[in-house]
Amino acid sequence: MTGFVSLFRRLEGPQTLGRGPAFWALFALVLAGALAYPLFSDGYTVGNTVYFFVWVFIALSLSLIWGYGGSLSFGQTAFFGIAGYGYGILTINFGASYGFTWIALLLAIGMAALVAALLGYFMFFGRIAGVFLGIVTLAVTLMLERFMAQTAGPEWRIGAARLNGFNGMSAMPPLTIPWFGGPIVLFADVGLYYVVLAMLVLVYLGLRILMNSSFGNVIVAIRENPERAEMLGYDIRKYQLITFVIGAALAGLSGVLYTVWGQYITPSSMGMTAASLPLIWVAVGGRSDLTATITGTLVVLSGFQALTIYGSQYALVFMGVLLVLTVLIAPNGLVLGVINWITKLVTRRKQEAA
Amino acid sequence: MALLQLRDVNKHFGGLHVTNSVNLVLEQGEIHCLIGPNGAGKSTLFRLILGEHHPGSGQIYFAGEDITALKSFARIRRGLSVKFQVPGVFKGLSVRQNLEIALQSRLHGAALDKEIDRLLAFLNLEAEQAQLAGNLSHGQKQWLEIGMAIALKPRLLLLDEPTAGMSPEETHMTGEMVRRLNAAGMTVLAIEHDMAFVRQVAQRVTVLHLGQVFAQGSIDEIVADERVAAIYLGQAHA
Repeated sequence: MTGFVSLFRRLEGPQTLGRGPAFWALFALVLAGALAYPLFSDGYTVGNTVYFFVWVFIALSLSLIWGYGGSLSFGQTAFFGIAGYGYGILTINFGASYGFTWIALLLAIGMAALVAALLGYFMFFGRIAGVFLGIVTLAVTLMLERFMAQTAGPEWRIGAARLNGFNGMSAMPPLTIPWFGGPIVLFADVGLYYVVLAMLVLVYLGLRILMNSSFGNVIVAIRENPERAEMLGYDIRKYQLITFVIGAALAGLSGVLYTVWGQYITPSSMGMTAASLPLIWVAVGGRSDLTATITGTLVVLSGFQALTIYGSQYALVFMGVLLVLTVLIAPNGLVLGVINWITKLVTRRKQEAA
Repeated sequence: MALLQLRDVNKHFGGLHVTNSVNLVLEQGEIHCLIGPNGAGKSTLFRLILGEHHPGSGQIYFAGEDITALKSFARIRRGLSVKFQVPGVFKGLSVRQNLEIALQSRLHGAALDKEIDRLLAFLNLEAEQAQLAGNLSHGQKQWLEIGMAIALKPRLLLLDEPTAGMSPEETHMTGEMVRRLNAAGMTVLAIEHDMAFVRQVAQRVTVLHLGQVFAQGSIDEIVADERVAAIYLGQAHA
């Protein structure tokens, strides 16, 4: 019981923005709005919102590894792809009955986590850090993309699942809940919306607890000064590896949900562009905070979509400009920068009043 | 009883012999100062003791156990602790959180909070506890890091120039702090240039020169040793 209470206390802490009744009232309000939203919208728009939510998990994974842990990883899209293809291969072969899609979801995430554990072991126990970590993870991502790109021929199949090269793998079943009156199939509209929203809330709160725990303390300590962290008796390689694996699992969840959403995945989901976009969302939002990361990701994603509709290929150029501006003006992120600025203003007002 | 023992420890960087057959015995409960001109190999010796460097040959024993092959964190867990020359605090985190990270593997809950408060008072940093460690003055950063190092309750505390950049008053206060810790049972090995500090705390002094143990004895013996004066003066005239 006391363990349960202390778990709840960790929802607030030095590693996450927002505390006290005001913050949680706002949280409840946003959540209520999100729950009510499909009632006032059409299926297509709701489905499109799910698409935005899908990307939030990979953004959070990057916030965890890069923003909190201080290791820049280009590998998140690789784990995204592994889990996406993994889900496709499993469900195309074994179907969707008896709730198998959920087992496939877990297995696919497990695959991504396993690959991350292997790769992470060699990187962190080999003491690869800083820019070299970025280079190694980027190389792995691009290698996977190249590999999948040449699997167009009919010889590239796993059971009934054709890998299909750049044509992409498609026609995997969506997530399906077995039910008495017949299975509930979660197509990309209201049903999937609520499932993904529930996952999002759970992951967000779970990560808040994790980052404010003693584990999270060590993670930010390693970001600030790895040598000092080790000289306090922490085996930093283990902490880095665990963070990397959790991040990979979250990226994998993104990958599975993406595949489920469009019933489609291609090698380009692991390409250079796909690898850089999450970095931009996270950098613009504010990588060292979960709430700023989510806000930034949703804002930039919807802006990006609007731009692609009206400005087509210029949207990517704009994203590049946005990243450069962020780095120059608010290196800790625009959302986080604005929040910090307001906090400073409020405290100054209070001090002046006192 | 010997707490720390270095036996014929050697370290080369390329052709440079930075640690040359060093033999050093640290007795349980003493305050031992390591002095010597710049480039004598003092900091390298610390890194060898801490496992950041590994010796080309020779052994290091801690409390009777051969720790030569152990990783740094494993040595820390056996009772070593260090304050670096350049203060290694977690700059982006609050002073309080810095101490919490140092203490959390030993204490939890209310006991943890109480010990943080006690350390803040001991370090005279109560007013600064909510500030980012990066915003502290240089001397305060030094103290915070000493606080983090002693939070581990080490058997042996290594201090690499603990008073660098401090005013004479701060240096004296640091000396008193070290003596209090020593009185409570902590063995201390300090690298220090400030001779007033060495005189204040050291029970024994080892002079390192060109990677070798050049002289050893009480502070008075060392000061009276003309050969020691010569290597320092030689430096000054060079």
